[in-house]
Amino acid sequence: MTNTSVKRKQELKLALGLVLPALIIMAAVNLYPLIYSFVISLRDYDFHGDKSYPFCGLENYIYIFEDVRFWRSLGITLIFTAGAVTLEIGLALMCALALNRKFRGQGALRVIALLPWAIPPVVNGILWKWILNPRYGALNGLLMQLGVIDEYIVWLGSPSLAMLMVILTDVWKETPFIMLLLLAALQSVPSYLYDAAKIDGAGAFRTFKEVTLALIRPALFVALSLRTIWALKSFDLIYALTQGGPSNSTEVLGYYTYQKSFVSLHMGRGAAAAYIMTFIVLLIVIFYQKAVYQDVEY
Amino acid sequence: MKKNSIRTVIFIIFVIFFILIVLFPFYWMIVSSISPQVELTEKPPHWIPQEPSLKRFVNLLFGGEGGNAARQRVFVSSLITSVIVSVSTTIICLVTGTMAAYALARIRIAGVMKILVGILIAQMIPMIVIVIPLFLFLKGVGLYDSRLGLSIVFTGLMLPTVIWIMFGYLKTIPTQLEEAAIMDGCSPFAAMVRIVIPLSVPGLVAVGAFTFLNTWNNFFVSLVLTASRAKPLTVVITEFSSQFGIDYGLMATGGVIGCIPPILLTILLQKHIVSGLTAGAVKG
Repeated sequence: MTNTSVKRKQELKLALGLVLPALIIMAAVNLYPLIYSFVISLRDYDFHGDKSYPFCGLENYIYIFEDVRFWRSLGITLIFTAGAVTLEIGLALMCALALNRKFRGQGALRVIALLPWAIPPVVNGILWKWILNPRYGALNGLLMQLGVIDEYIVWLGSPSLAMLMVILTDVWKETPFIMLLLLAALQSVPSYLYDAAKIDGAGAFRTFKEVTLALIRPALFVALSLRTIWALKSFDLIYALTQGGPSNSTEVLGYYTYQKSFVSLHMGRGAAAAYIMTFIVLLIVIFYQKAVYQDVEY
Repeated sequence: MKKNSIRTVIFIIFVIFFILIVLFPFYWMIVSSISPQVELTEKPPHWIPQEPSLKRFVNLLFGGEGGNAARQRVFVSSLITSVIVSVSTTIICLVTGTMAAYALARIRIAGVMKILVGILIAQMIPMIVIVIPLFLFLKGVGLYDSRLGLSIVFTGLMLPTVIWIMFGYLKTIPTQLEEAAIMDGCSPFAAMVRIVIPLSVPGLVAVGAFTFLNTWNNFFVSLVLTASRAKPLTVVITEFSSQFGIDYGLMATGGVIGCIPPILLTILLQKHIVSGLTAGAVKG
């Protein structure tokens, strides 16, 4: 009895020793700032103002909620997220279905599909900014040579076109990766299920719905929720590609919050905006979580 | 038979189309980096450069004729920063993260699941929430705009993911071997170092690559937490446009250099990445 309790004590000591370094770093870099950020959001933390940064209650939150630009950027974020995620999942599913067979060069194709995912998002941004350049860009040049357009287009010049381009740039980077994820799920569907469906006389559409889609649903959910969360937090791509322009039409929440904190240098408002953004992300996470749980039971 | 061959042709066309769309931007980035300035402003574009040269790469990395000495210094310094920060973050994450994951996976501790869920939630939080206080904090302790400051911050940001993945990996390694070793008088710590660590090398390699990639590719945190001395590559490349007028050739060159490490890692470790993905997707 005493022997086991001594052993248990030693074990716990070891556990503590092993966890401690990681715990200290995470507490300092994640937990402490998370709490402190909330404190900042309750103060008049303006670099241009009173250096004592007095507490001001919910004033910063009220400011954000009354800011037209905030609501606009929330709308832009939702449009960007819905557009990008729908296109990415849809295209990825189509590509995965088309590529779901054995062929030579499968490994090479997999490596190629990983390349856009691997590069820094900011490089993705500057690369497409160059391709979309209105005067010397490759896209205008190509479309002109193919006879699709007869004059150069300013791709990032008008609000809706710029938004479309931002979405397409994101689609280029993220779709191949999601396709690999879905392809892996498709390949784990046992072939006898398809045989069984055939014997039962199920048509192509029914087989797709009842066998394929049903079995890759968990993977689809993972892809959907991860992509949504990441899209809501987008910043790098926008910064490099449009800087939120033209006339703030691509200013997503991440960019808005950045502007408030590090360009206007009002940390209090920035922190309040950041907290509101976190809250929105968490709401969506909870929503997805519920959906996934239901899915498992069903 | 005929129907089959038509389908094959369509399939091949689809694959080629897919590859073209994925690879063309890369091709164009490389072409732009080696084309002389005059060719970049040609209409229609020179799809194949007529006089390719590595001049931009040489100028950017080593300076010399036609180069801008100040820009070369800034670029090389940012390259060194990126390497130092990514490597040190990866090493600290692997050591401390594996230790923590081992304790969580092997030793009965009350509330392990709660800790793990907390770690998962930590990954969902938009980085800007914690970056604002970190900015003030690092300024306060004199670590703002330093490689050490960046490394510490990235370690903290990556640790939750590292612990989460290593926890899952360690759970797949059977406990019997360590138990036998402990029976034979080996201490639990020695059992971990001598038996569990060697068995988890594939997991460590994958997690290490993932950490390196994420640190190397990060832009936002570095943008906020550095000003001049410790700017990494990703931040410096974007400034080729704002500071010196838009120089797309140079940005493409910086882009190519910035893409080399993550792409090399991805190609070397593609099997690990894809299987890691699959496991994650299946488990949910």
